[in-house]
Amino acid sequence: MKKVFLSSVMMFFIVIGYSQGYSPGSKATDFKLLNVDGNMVSMTDFPDAKGFIIIFTCNSCPYSVAYEDRKIALSNKYRPLGYPVIALNPNDSLVQPKDSFSKMIERSKEKRLPYHYLLDTDQKVAKQYGATRTPHVYVLQKEKDDLIVKYIGAIDNNYEDAASTSERYVEAAVDALLQGKDVAVASTKAIGCGIKFKK
Amino acid sequence: MEYLIKPGRILLLISMLSLSGRLTGQDATVRTVDFNTFSGFFQNKNDSILVINFWATWCAPCVEELPYFEKIHETFKDQKVKVMLASLDFQRMKETRLIPFIERNQLKSQVIHLYEPDANKWISQIDSNWTGAIPATLILFGHQRIFKEGQYTFDELNQIILKLLNTHKQ
Repeated sequence: MKKVFLSSVMMFFIVIGYSQGYSPGSKATDFKLLNVDGNMVSMTDFPDAKGFIIIFTCNSCPYSVAYEDRKIALSNKYRPLGYPVIALNPNDSLVQPKDSFSKMIERSKEKRLPYHYLLDTDQKVAKQYGATRTPHVYVLQKEKDDLIVKYIGAIDNNYEDAASTSERYVEAAVDALLQGKDVAVASTKAIGCGIKFKK
Repeated sequence: MEYLIKPGRILLLISMLSLSGRLTGQDATVRTVDFNTFSGFFQNKNDSILVINFWATWCAPCVEELPYFEKIHETFKDQKVKVMLASLDFQRMKETRLIPFIERNQLKSQVIHLYEPDANKWISQIDSNWTGAIPATLILFGHQRIFKEGQYTFDELNQIILKLLNTHKQ
């Protein structure tokens, strides 16, 4: 009996260990993480939201920095429409000191970030969602009591030059959801900095 | 879409080289290419092993593992092994960051500047499992493809190359 129990425990860990994270259609799990203002924040704190734009991002990655103004613009545009941006920093600050909590507070003040910027302690949420790089976006939609993943990937198709983008994936996804339509492009890939997981 | 570095820089380099009388590292050959041109570099070259490392000067784990790729280049330079360092640095950082980095570190492997910002169009063509995070490495030999997202150690790379060379001999 003990053996059976042990092997099922082991199976459980094996399955978790090989989990690839979410894909479009997955149910997303809520989180409760420390925001730069010192409060704990979870998605249940937004009862009026129709969904969320979850962005795994950080201070140190040049791609995340290049997208900073575009993240602010997304927040300004979609928060009033019911899709607030929530940024999560998953990097281990022992590996990348620029991504410490105090540096997050500094960045938030300096850029006057209009969105919540949370520390993904122990990188639990990044692992659960399957985020691998920064920036890595998950658009979620509230459906009854669930949060359903509707889009995973890049913000748009030109990291270097916002003016040269021809496809704005996140905007297109949220616009489709606002109109009650299906998201046409539900996942994209982008070059990004690998998340600094604990060694 | 190909850019060569400024002619002024080449002239400066040529004069520096003729003064010093020796070749150290590389410079003038850093080409910026789009994905179409880039993919041409590794098609139909079945007789040699091609090690392509995707990196950028600002990517700390990439910079950390660069010496291993340099060592592979050095170790196997008399065999059919080619190391290509595909830099994904921003276009605006080519002159200010990438070229000074290559000069400072005297990189001996070939460096190509891959500039194709619409990454969704080409990442899966390198490997369907690549999420786009760097560092990432693709090793090609005939019909064999070995892809890894994340860092390599020198020993891991060395083992892979030795194994590929051995299977070829048999």
